[in-house]
Amino acid sequence: MRYSGFRVIKEALTGHKGWKPVWREPEPKSHYDVIIIGGGGHGLATAHYLSKVYGQRNVAVVEKGWIGGGNVGRNTTIVRSNYLLDGNEPFYEFSLKLWEGLEQDVNYNAMMSQRGIINLFHTDGQRDAYIRRGNAMILNGADAELLDADQVRAEHPYLNFEDARFPIKGGLVQRRAGTARHDAVAWGYARSADLHGVDIIQNCEVTGLRIENGTCLGVETSKGFIGASKVGCAVAGNSGRVMGMAGMRLPIESHVLQAFVSEGLKPVLPSVITFGAGHFYVSQSDKGGLVFGGDIDGYNTYAQRGNLPVVEDVCEGGMALMPMIGRARLLRMWGGVMDMSMDGSPIIDRTPVQGLYFNGGWCYGGFKATPASGYCFAHLLAKDEPHPVATAYRLDRFRTGRMIDEKGAGNQPNLH
Amino acid sequence: MIINHPLLGPRDASEFTYLGDASLIDRPDGMAENAADAFYDYAYLRDNPAGEHRELWYHEAGDRSWLVVTRNTLTHEISKVELARDVARARGRTK
Repeated sequence: MRYSGFRVIKEALTGHKGWKPVWREPEPKSHYDVIIIGGGGHGLATAHYLSKVYGQRNVAVVEKGWIGGGNVGRNTTIVRSNYLLDGNEPFYEFSLKLWEGLEQDVNYNAMMSQRGIINLFHTDGQRDAYIRRGNAMILNGADAELLDADQVRAEHPYLNFEDARFPIKGGLVQRRAGTARHDAVAWGYARSADLHGVDIIQNCEVTGLRIENGTCLGVETSKGFIGASKVGCAVAGNSGRVMGMAGMRLPIESHVLQAFVSEGLKPVLPSVITFGAGHFYVSQSDKGGLVFGGDIDGYNTYAQRGNLPVVEDVCEGGMALMPMIGRARLLRMWGGVMDMSMDGSPIIDRTPVQGLYFNGGWCYGGFKATPASGYCFAHLLAKDEPHPVATAYRLDRFRTGRMIDEKGAGNQPNLH
Repeated sequence: MIINHPLLGPRDASEFTYLGDASLIDRPDGMAENAADAFYDYAYLRDNPAGEHRELWYHEAGDRSWLVVTRNTLTHEISKVELARDVARARGRTK
């Protein structure tokens, strides 16, 4: 069923009796050409592009819980492509272009809103770094604009410009950045993949990988063995556990990132804002809540909750940036488990096991990457070679010294 | 989280900074034949277990000792705290 304005009117006039479940609930077949482990944003996007763009019809997504119940339902919904390094920026710009056409592509309202992002700077050195970053973005076909303090004040008069320690000197803006409705992204990809014949199998936990003579033959699940010619793992946050079933140790630690939302307010924030002097970023959801977050907690964990010191740190950042936030009450806070990689950049690659492919290490930047991650992983699964914008995301890059370290923090995952 | 420091008693985790897996104590021999492989393994690869995890914490805002904390990564429960010095010596390190 295609969604359209005409369809909405027709259903309204006929008692809304024509709406159908958005995807099937099939039982697993005994064998698939491709099995994707993980029914999150990246896994479902992979299934969508595999079936729609690469013409693979015999594909399944297996998910241990319900689809979209992991990090795609736990992020702060920000979409942007303001990276610096050559290995990253073309990929994220490719992703942003896919975001711009996503709703038409999957025929689903993802509430994509290009409201822009501003990264504030507070020192001369930071300004120079942002000029360089903006130039790198423009060279890679993205948009970037540098604002001075007066221009920032015109757009965001409520910010704390005169802070004694961290006065706002200006900001780097990407106008095409914005936010998207995170759950709808998962549901839209799932619906489209299902329409193209992909079996989405929920409540089906992978308990083992069947590997013989260095070749992956399929997955052991709570619904029995399912054979596959190729298995793709897209379970960021739990990559260590799933790839551990193949006996692999990864350049990844699992960490928790907390996020927060205030009570609903009238529109106050026109765009996404990031603080340059502490780690704090904030936007306003369409429902009116201020959605914000900051640093990861900084220790290995698989618990989807964090601790209070980081809550305090994030709220201090918010108060330093925009004191009015102190008048808003906190409504909810939650945590999501991140694959923190050793250089802060992701991995989309083959593995030493024949027929087993890996997508992970998204750190806390996975949501914005969802379309490109799915596209590039689908390309890799279909053609056995990396997509041109994802050639740097090699699993063995740490062995060969080809790190993509945006922050220059080295092999310390909790600092990226 | 409260870390029960062997010398100072219970201290808030915010006084500490976190380094990572306690296997980082076992620095490979840089002169060995397989040093490149061993250092790749040491510097970049992690077990990253879901469950019990032995890890290094530094008491930066306290007595500046290094601790080996045994903590469950699913529940954040801390079951054991040792001085990293004692752990390292028990593994044959001289300092």
